[in-house]
Amino acid sequence: MRLALQRRGLGQLQHGAARVRVRDLPVEQQRAIRARQLRRAGTYAVAIAVALWILLPIWLIGTLAFSAPADVRAYPKQAAPIPFSTETMEFFLNAEGVLPATRNSIVVAGLTLLLSTAISAPAGYAIARYFFRGRDAYRLSILAVRAFPIVILAVPLAVTFRTVGIYDEVYSVALMHTALTLPTTILVVSSVFASVPRELEEAAKVFGCNAVEAFWRVVLPLALPGVAASAIFTFVMSWNEVFAAVVLTLENRTLPALILYNLDKSGDPFKFAGGFFMLVPSLIFIFFVRRYLFNMWGQITK
Amino acid sequence: MAEIRIENAVKTFGKVVAVNQVSLTVHDQEFVVLLGPSGCGKTTLLRTVAGLGMVDSGRIMIGDRDVTYLPPKDRNISMVFQGYAIFPHMNVFDNIAFGLKMKRAPKEEIARRVREAAELLHIEEFLERFPSQLSGGQRQRVAVARAIAVHSGVLLMDEPLSNLDALLRLRMRAELKRLLNEIKATTIYVTHDQIEALSMGDRIAVMRNGEILQFDTPTRVYDVPADRFVAGFIGTPPMNFLEGQIRRENGTPCVMIGDFALAPIPEMHEELLKRDGRSIIVGIRAENMETLSEPAPDALRVQVLVVEPLGSQNLLTIQIGEDVIKASTHPDFPVAPNQDVWIRFPGDKIRWIDRETGRTIVPDLEKLVSAP
Repeated sequence: MRLALQRRGLGQLQHGAARVRVRDLPVEQQRAIRARQLRRAGTYAVAIAVALWILLPIWLIGTLAFSAPADVRAYPKQAAPIPFSTETMEFFLNAEGVLPATRNSIVVAGLTLLLSTAISAPAGYAIARYFFRGRDAYRLSILAVRAFPIVILAVPLAVTFRTVGIYDEVYSVALMHTALTLPTTILVVSSVFASVPRELEEAAKVFGCNAVEAFWRVVLPLALPGVAASAIFTFVMSWNEVFAAVVLTLENRTLPALILYNLDKSGDPFKFAGGFFMLVPSLIFIFFVRRYLFNMWGQITK
Repeated sequence: MAEIRIENAVKTFGKVVAVNQVSLTVHDQEFVVLLGPSGCGKTTLLRTVAGLGMVDSGRIMIGDRDVTYLPPKDRNISMVFQGYAIFPHMNVFDNIAFGLKMKRAPKEEIARRVREAAELLHIEEFLERFPSQLSGGQRQRVAVARAIAVHSGVLLMDEPLSNLDALLRLRMRAELKRLLNEIKATTIYVTHDQIEALSMGDRIAVMRNGEILQFDTPTRVYDVPADRFVAGFIGTPPMNFLEGQIRRENGTPCVMIGDFALAPIPEMHEELLKRDGRSIIVGIRAENMETLSEPAPDALRVQVLVVEPLGSQNLLTIQIGEDVIKASTHPDFPVAPNQDVWIRFPGDKIRWIDRETGRTIVPDLEKLVSAP
């Protein structure tokens, strides 16, 4: 408040005669300006530190994934992939079980994406548009699923899956992942639908649509980018999920399960290449869909 | 033939009665304005006609069809929304064509009618653009063009001008009026802006708390408001109210404002004598008082508090006893704050409002509010 008033005063001065410099201002105003600059510098310093904390490991993994295996084993590690080599990555991709596991992972993630979107779209739409008895309880119960640690759920689930006869199947992992991702996707998708103005849907109805047509012609096209973002999000969640995948499969490992299983048996090149390979979908995801996920936190996308 | 008939419509939201037993008939090709403060139920009433909200009881007829329980698409209506509600993922052409496409009109006819509607609203050069590339005023025109392109016969408008800036609103007001005259649709137009209502409507229904207080032509609503609320809601400035006491003198009534005796016109004598000895509200519009700078036998001496020059007139704020009123004068009328002036109340311009009921006392009151 004080600052704002001071700045207004400055504006008036500038409007009058020659340009006023900060050092010409009264001392206490100079001090206030310097304090503000200092605060801003502090904010940036913290932001940069946080960014480095996340970016440095990624950089290290990327560097070593594209160095020759001999360089990967050496100490100290390199800071940049020079000389550049795809040998480590090739070694990883040719390792036993990696390609089938990758295929499994893609199938699981793809299935999860389909199931999760097919279920979350209508659920999210209902939460966004309709007031029904128990809506808040329903919303809470969705979150409650997340409150159960998967560690506790996994063993009974494995037993149940075995009894039903779907244990060690790619599809059962997809089912598990769908259950795990649904809470998040439903909430994201419902916020996406809520951001489509109700008036547009009403306009569609006035100009000749029934409820279903209004949804297909107006609501869905407008919500599509956000729904796609949440679909990709489920894909990445499933791609990265390791615990349920380990518990529910033996032979048909997904990629993270395979890597985890082989972790202590293999050398650094396998680890770094595997780590990088696992990382890529998440990175792509973050770059493309970041802004739609912000919707979930009530920020405006424009 | 697209007469709209609303019969005893009731609409509630939880415990709130938003529309209370409203009956309203809009003639074929008539332009009716629903006017009232926010929360008075005017938009709710419009939405029941559109089918976007179903009435709890009552009946809605469009033409000879009972549409009470029909979805919007089967009512053969079109609508302009307050926030325009044009589809952001379609260009202007597809927006205007939307209703026609849904009706599966032939391609050539769609193209012709879109062009026609676009020309009426002067947006034919924007047909390829998307809404995000248009200004607020242009989007508004697209919304109107979309509504008139379907030739529905019934046009519903929900505060269509409220999102425009003042100057643009003034222009669009006249343009809309010309347009609606041209297309001859039966129109219900919702607004809270009384000037918009007065300037555009064939008839105005003034609403408050879910009920219609008066349904009449703009001139009648302005000149003979049905009650104190309507009188105080319509007009800039709204009607002035003064406290008066009715007294019988030599068999004729006389109304005392302080020491000043006001003589009512003969047509009012009977009604006023019935209330002999009681107090009454004297209503008069700012422009209907005569302001004099000299004393006159039938003029009341008052003190001017504020003088507001408005260009075409000067608006005086005047103290009379406990009441503060506004009077407008010619800009050349010589007056300064704290000066005394004399005002004369022309008998035929005074409206007498019963204190208890708040209703205007007119010998032919029944004609003010439409019979259901």
